[in-house]
Amino acid sequence: MPFLLILVAVLLRWCVSLHPYSGQNSPPMFGDYEAQRHWMEITRILPLQDWYYNTSENDLMYWGLDYPPLTAYHSLLCGYVADFLNPEFVALGASRGYESYEHKLFMRVTVLIADLFIYIPAVWWYFCKKQSDHQNVSRNLRDGNTYSVHSVKEDKALTSHISMYLTLIYPGLILIDHGHFQYNGISLGLTIAAVAAIMQGRDLIASVLFCFSVNYKQMRKCLPKQNPFVMTGLIKLLSLASVVIVTFFVIWFPFLKNVDLVVQVLHRLFPLARGVFEDKVSNVWCCLNVICKFRNTFTNLQMANVCLLVTLLAVLPSSIDILLRPRSHKFLLSVINSSLAFFLFSFQVHEKSILLVAVPVALYLPIEPLPCFWFLYISTFSMLPLLLKDGLLISYIALTVFYSVSIMLTLNLGLRDLLRYSVKCTPQDAKTKQSKFKKQEKISAETQSFVSKKPLLVIFLLSLAGCWMLTICIATVGPPSQYPDLFPLLISVYSCVHFLGFFIYFNYRQI
Amino acid sequence: MFWSTVALILCVKLLLIPSYHSTDFEVHRNWLAITHSLPISEWYQEATSEWTLDYPPLFAWFEFILSYFAKYFDAEMLQVKNLNYASSGTILFQRLSVIVTDFVFAYGTRELCSYLSSSGIRKSSKWGSRWGSPAAILQILLLGNAGLLLVDHIHFQYNGFLLGLLLISVARVLQGKCLMASFWFAVLLNLKHIFIYVAPAYFVYLLRSYCFLGAQSSSLVQWRSFSPARFAKLGLVVAYVFLVSFGPFIVLNQLPQVFSRLFPFKRGLCHAYWAPNIWALYNIADKMAIIAGRQLGITSNVSAAVMTGGLVQEYNHVFLPEITPRTTFLCTLLSVLPALVKLWCCPGNPYHFVRCIVLCACGSFMFGWHVHEKAILLIIIPLSFMAVIWKKEAQMYVFLATVGHYSLFPLLFTAFELPIKVLLLVLHSSYAFFNLASLFDMKKCSLCLPLLSGLESVYILGLVPLFVFENVILPLLGLNTRLPFLPLMLTSVYCAVGVLYFWLKYYWHFLTTSEVNHKRKAH
Repeated sequence: MPFLLILVAVLLRWCVSLHPYSGQNSPPMFGDYEAQRHWMEITRILPLQDWYYNTSENDLMYWGLDYPPLTAYHSLLCGYVADFLNPEFVALGASRGYESYEHKLFMRVTVLIADLFIYIPAVWWYFCKKQSDHQNVSRNLRDGNTYSVHSVKEDKALTSHISMYLTLIYPGLILIDHGHFQYNGISLGLTIAAVAAIMQGRDLIASVLFCFSVNYKQMRKCLPKQNPFVMTGLIKLLSLASVVIVTFFVIWFPFLKNVDLVVQVLHRLFPLARGVFEDKVSNVWCCLNVICKFRNTFTNLQMANVCLLVTLLAVLPSSIDILLRPRSHKFLLSVINSSLAFFLFSFQVHEKSILLVAVPVALYLPIEPLPCFWFLYISTFSMLPLLLKDGLLISYIALTVFYSVSIMLTLNLGLRDLLRYSVKCTPQDAKTKQSKFKKQEKISAETQSFVSKKPLLVIFLLSLAGCWMLTICIATVGPPSQYPDLFPLLISVYSCVHFLGFFIYFNYRQI
Repeated sequence: MFWSTVALILCVKLLLIPSYHSTDFEVHRNWLAITHSLPISEWYQEATSEWTLDYPPLFAWFEFILSYFAKYFDAEMLQVKNLNYASSGTILFQRLSVIVTDFVFAYGTRELCSYLSSSGIRKSSKWGSRWGSPAAILQILLLGNAGLLLVDHIHFQYNGFLLGLLLISVARVLQGKCLMASFWFAVLLNLKHIFIYVAPAYFVYLLRSYCFLGAQSSSLVQWRSFSPARFAKLGLVVAYVFLVSFGPFIVLNQLPQVFSRLFPFKRGLCHAYWAPNIWALYNIADKMAIIAGRQLGITSNVSAAVMTGGLVQEYNHVFLPEITPRTTFLCTLLSVLPALVKLWCCPGNPYHFVRCIVLCACGSFMFGWHVHEKAILLIIIPLSFMAVIWKKEAQMYVFLATVGHYSLFPLLFTAFELPIKVLLLVLHSSYAFFNLASLFDMKKCSLCLPLLSGLESVYILGLVPLFVFENVILPLLGLNTRLPFLPLMLTSVYCAVGVLYFWLKYYWHFLTTSEVNHKRKAH
């Protein structure tokens, strides 16, 4: 069965690949697809010293390389394959905006391969090795097999397979990687593997994996604070530190020949010149921007400092908590909290950065289905303007519906109870297989929790309805002429309010 | 649960909207244009495009209705002169029309599933299970049928809609509502005349089990029990549908013209890609004979053109006698005759009726004139219903479904669709293998695939090297441009062996099933 479920996830990925990518047929700048192709030719053709420098052949204004070295190495690898297949793919200079059927196929295959070799195994590893929380999770599972009682082992396997499946078909990541075109699966997969390693107490492996992840995409910078909680002794601390240093050294080795190069690379990685946000992002700054214009009152550097301060303040509670009271089950929550804090408050955030928050939440989903599903739904929704620009509306609708239906089929969100209890308030036909061996008081306890959950469920449904209303509006009704950005702004404000709520909720859960 | 599955599959269909579409897309667009912009009298006269209207009149009416919705997507597609017009609005509309009409198929599936769970024909300990019950398996096998997804939602056709009507009609027969069944079947026949191949099964069953009162009691024909009233009712229903459909053309005195469009015998024996049937084997035997003859030096005068003859529709046999439409017709008739006799002798058994449909479809597939490979769906879909009831039929179903869906691969030759067709086939087949095996509590055999014998497993697994050879080794050797027909021929011959094996085995199974067997004991 897990084999079939993985195949479904792969099928969905490839089907989305059929759809357009970002910047298809839109000169002069094209989109992220062109950026990745451009990096392949830069790394393939130019010597390593010139990758991050503006030279006559390397125009940094045209999708200059601004990701850490591991991305560059990956591009180099892909560049070699592309060169082997068709030198036109990576003919530097002559190939600007190169688009063809074969090239799209090649690029899509590279993303799929990255997913097959890194993201999917990482998720598999996380769910199939994890031993804790199974009792907790299986309660949330909705599988009405009344004919037989599974053995505990089988039950566990089923639970972890379904959790894995639900993580794999999270629509946001599929849409961005296979539709919009990026390689987030690699860095997120490495992060998941790191989390899985920490859960199993393999701290050294975890830190190596995490370094790889950071070196793939610098956005992962927000997580390393969480590592200290595993450091129980000084020796361990030293070994961890040395592992981190060694890993960084290995990855950065080619750049270490002179200092200027390193400085230039770092400068490329953290550009302060770009402003606090680009498009409409659903973080706090973008929303507050509606009321007062930050860009006019602060310079970029001041703004960056403000952001840094606020972000640190926001991260503080969960970090201190995890530092002082390290618990394995809290680790995931603290990852969620700190990354969400970075998304909401930090400087220069892309709307795609929400994926960084979404993936830990997806891992947390089996434990608390309702809030996590809600969050994941909103996170995909917050990227709608971007997806719309790429012509991915159909795949957005299809994947979100697919995901929601899968969740409804497999997890017990309590929606079914909402329908049932609204008619009669006593659960007489509790059909789930768990309740077969539960005592009466257990059922009444469930009723209690349900009654407290009921307003929440109603809000949840209203929130989803709001999302659909906005989706329909943005897809059919044109914006009023004086506010061309009305709908994207509405969407980002709408999602931002949700994210703030989730931020408070997850912090509350952790502490 | 049922509608959730429908929703899941619907999402996959939506994702397939931008995929490759074949010339059938243009065929249907042209029909939309013809029915929308021309008067009825010219529907079957119009010949601007080479894809003239060659489906029966009800389908033309169906396109006529669709064209009224098409206006709102892109009115340009309704111009007859706009050949090969495929704007994004046109694609969206045509794809959506297939997806929406597929709800007929979902309804038919639902009818069969509810019959299955209410009739008690299939007794199983697994009915309490949410995913493992026979009805749940049946619905996923039907709704997620890989062949239908490939042919309808990538290649582009309306098979889901048509087969949905067939399922509705079969469900009505099972429920004992014979008049409704004949009505739906008559409608279906007037939508696409390929279903005339299964009409003999309907005719024999309805005549024997509906027009003879008390036919269930004995297998001997009692002529006195024949009910003229019932026969008249049946005839009226069918005649009514045909009159509505063909009436306007009778009035216009165009009937010969319509029929010349519906039955074009000018086409060749085999389709451009040989459907995996007897004639594919016949052709390959002829080619073998040519090669052997050349080796032995008997025939030096055979031109090389014969070897590439597969790509053009006409294929001239050299050694073996030429096949005429009359021969194929005779062979088809002979092939279905024993099954019809058996059906006649076992009145009142609707399961035999379903089996007979499968055999009629299979017989026409094996021996018919200019058979399309897509016609294999007409065998697989009704057989799915039997597969969840009887173990033997489940064994034959998983075999045929895998081979049959594989034989559809050459329809989709573009690189982007390659992973999709492989994934869909693997998903559907492995689902069928695992779930049907667990439904019948089959013991796991380490060497064979579940449900299959050793030889059959080897044959099925042989599809993997065949696929690798066609898609990896041939292009690497550079032979795919020199011998473009070779991979198609290999697929068709390899699958033809499998389909022939299935046909013989299933025929034997049907003829030898004893009368008692149809009330199956608890498993």
